[in-house]
Amino acid sequence: MLLSYSTSILVLQRLAIALLTLVIVSFAVFFATELLPGDVAQILLGQAATPEAVAGLREAMGLNQPAFLRFLGWLAGLLHGDFGISYVNNMPVADLIGDRLVNSLRLAGVTTLVSVPVSLCLGIGAAMWRGSLFDRIVTVLTISVISVPEFMVATLAVLIFAVWLGWLPALSYGADVSSFSAMLKAYAMPVISLSFVVCAQMIRMTRAAVIDTINTPYVEMALLKGARRSRMVLRHALPNALGPIANAIALSLSYLVGGVIIVETIFNYPGVAKLMVDAVATRDLPLIQSCAMIFCVSYLSLITLADLMAILSNPRLRK
Amino acid sequence: MSNQPLVSIRDLKIGATTDAGRRVEIIRGVSFDIQPGEIVALIGESGSGKTTIALSLMGHTRTGCGIDAGTIRIDQHDVTAMSEAKRARIRGTEVSYVPQSAAAAFNPSQRIIDQVIEVTAIHKLLDRDAAEKKAVELFRALALPNPDTIGARYPHQVSGGQLQRLSAAMALIGDPKLVIFDEPTTALDVTTQIEVLRAFRSVMEKGGMAGVYVSHDLAVVAQIADRIIVLKSGEIQEEGTAQQILDAPTHPYTRELLAAFEPVPHVPLDVPQDASRQPILEVRNLSAGYGPVRNGEPAAKILKDINFRLQPGKNLGVIGESGSGKSTLARAISGILPPYQGEVVVNGVVQEPSLAQRSKEQLRHAQIVFQLPDTALNPAQPIGAILARPLRFYHNMRGAACEARVIELLDMVQLPAALRHRLPGELSGGQKQRVNLARALAADPKLILCDEITSALDTVVGAAIIELLKELQRELELSYMFISHDLSTVEAICDDVLVMYKGEVVEALPAARMSEDARHPYSRLLVSSVPKLDTGWLAGLEQDPELIARFANR
Repeated sequence: MLLSYSTSILVLQRLAIALLTLVIVSFAVFFATELLPGDVAQILLGQAATPEAVAGLREAMGLNQPAFLRFLGWLAGLLHGDFGISYVNNMPVADLIGDRLVNSLRLAGVTTLVSVPVSLCLGIGAAMWRGSLFDRIVTVLTISVISVPEFMVATLAVLIFAVWLGWLPALSYGADVSSFSAMLKAYAMPVISLSFVVCAQMIRMTRAAVIDTINTPYVEMALLKGARRSRMVLRHALPNALGPIANAIALSLSYLVGGVIIVETIFNYPGVAKLMVDAVATRDLPLIQSCAMIFCVSYLSLITLADLMAILSNPRLRK
Repeated sequence: MSNQPLVSIRDLKIGATTDAGRRVEIIRGVSFDIQPGEIVALIGESGSGKTTIALSLMGHTRTGCGIDAGTIRIDQHDVTAMSEAKRARIRGTEVSYVPQSAAAAFNPSQRIIDQVIEVTAIHKLLDRDAAEKKAVELFRALALPNPDTIGARYPHQVSGGQLQRLSAAMALIGDPKLVIFDEPTTALDVTTQIEVLRAFRSVMEKGGMAGVYVSHDLAVVAQIADRIIVLKSGEIQEEGTAQQILDAPTHPYTRELLAAFEPVPHVPLDVPQDASRQPILEVRNLSAGYGPVRNGEPAAKILKDINFRLQPGKNLGVIGESGSGKSTLARAISGILPPYQGEVVVNGVVQEPSLAQRSKEQLRHAQIVFQLPDTALNPAQPIGAILARPLRFYHNMRGAACEARVIELLDMVQLPAALRHRLPGELSGGQKQRVNLARALAADPKLILCDEITSALDTVVGAAIIELLKELQRELELSYMFISHDLSTVEAICDDVLVMYKGEVVEALPAARMSEDARHPYSRLLVSSVPKLDTGWLAGLEQDPELIARFANR
């Protein structure tokens, strides 16, 4: 599809806003971590350190510079792909995060591949046959899933499938992923637990958005043109519900990168979320900042993507 | 069999399930026939069941409703006995539908042509090229501009009148035997309505199709229908040829409908008129607009250099098509939209431009009544509280005095005192509009700005509101500025009329002599476009095509 001039402007504006938000967010992230209690040099050297040694380390780490200068330096580093050096083990943060991020993204990716199609089908189906038995079952299930916390789902899954039945490995990481079926096995439980949480929200939002458009006169008009139910919903209602649905999906998926700490812990999965919690415990500021930035970037890009979809699916905005 | 009717409805009963789970009958045993090629009008006020009957012809009832008894036969199809899948097969091919609001009935995210030819795709009637060719022919027959390319646009890129004709093309593409028109011109301006009616009539005549025309407007129906069926509360009151119904109505309800059309000559209030008297409202060089202000001028200028005076006890009508700036004028005078140039003088006092800067006393003098009481009245507050609020604000009334005044106000608008305990949602449209009016009266104003206050009401109910306004004027010496797109309503209450076009006053006329005195071409076009209760009016109407090209936004 060729974009017209005014649409390109609209899209560029949206992207510029995203970029501006990112700068503000990086500012917030940097200064929020600055507020963390405790002095890094003190913690690193332990209680026995002399004040001179602490002062020397502070000087060496550049902690005596004004915070704003350090912020600018950090931001410039980020732009060059330099995430800084971990305070704790002197490794580049990029190396520490690298593998973890790939792990997290893999888990998030597989969960997305499973949960988005399932949610869309169930949500649209429930809207299409509103009030039917199918709709009621879906509604009851989504509400019960929303009300059950994910650690419960995850723990129960481990108990049933790994301990009692012994079908699936309790730990996903390091499991055998050489064949497709083995990979399915390894990822089954964390993916199912995560899908439960994100699906419920997406199903409910999709159903509501589609029902909203089904009640419009133009969908009634499609009925009066002799269209079947599936055509009414898929051709007339759904395209106009894309904006809200895309936003609901983006919000749910953004949880996958940052909010998965509980699931990562239970399945002992080495993702970014777990890394960040560890970093907080050791006051490893560069690592915390980088992890926080990753979460923010993923959240922001999902939301921006959803907004762009809403713009492009609406001919009034597209012009 | 040539004498077999195309459609026959026998003893149709349609029920609706209320929120409380009760079943109420909304259509109570209706029977009528439609001959091939005949256009039958269903007429009645809102709630009379006319749209419900029309939709049931397609085997469709809205959510909560269902056909309880009776039969509907179209050609050889028994619609009532069919399965939903079979009904879908006759929709668009045997019976088709032209909706009330084409703007809402077109999918905003699809091109017009795709929606117009969708019927041929659903029922596999024609391949795409043939369907598009046929659509273009229909566009041409319906006198649409640029018939070859208009289909490539999106619905928001064409005007309301064009969209309404495009929706007719959408209904006609499957060569139906029966076309249902559901108030298709109600949302249009009078100048646009004529062209749409003409286009409908000519394609229906050429195609020899039968039609059902649902409307509340007898004058419009008289132009297009062969036979008229008058409905009230889901029952047929009277049935006859259009001429018969107009000339010799037998049922009292039909007479009442016709009487609401009779222009009631406005008797000007007997107030001493000398030039020295201060006008109640004077507007000088007023200009207003929307959008960010740059160099003292807003981005979108709506009103340009408006000037007029309104003497106490007189009424001023403001007419013009939608988008001409009528409502913006009321908003500028009341200060909701501060004008960027010019002055508003009420009772000799120059008003501050913005509402926020005006004193309580200034605010009290000029009150505004909005078009839709549903949005103007807080649905969560009982009527008593709604009326008590301005009493407290302007007159610092509280307790028993306030309550007594609320009852008095309700009495002024002819509503029972017990109504003050009810919520707006529990009132009828006419009652709500009376409450809306009472709220303006609570301030004891000298001037009331009425913005299309009868437009959302049925003819009979609207006429009663006009009577009430006149009575209140006699008792309270009020002056009204009466905004409307309906010329006969304006004629019934106003002394003078301003004709607005694109944000300018093109002419000021005495209301009683509008048609005789109109000089400006736009006023003449507007006056000549109002349908008359005469079956031959549209056929005999001649309008200067040059005028139409210049002023009518078709």
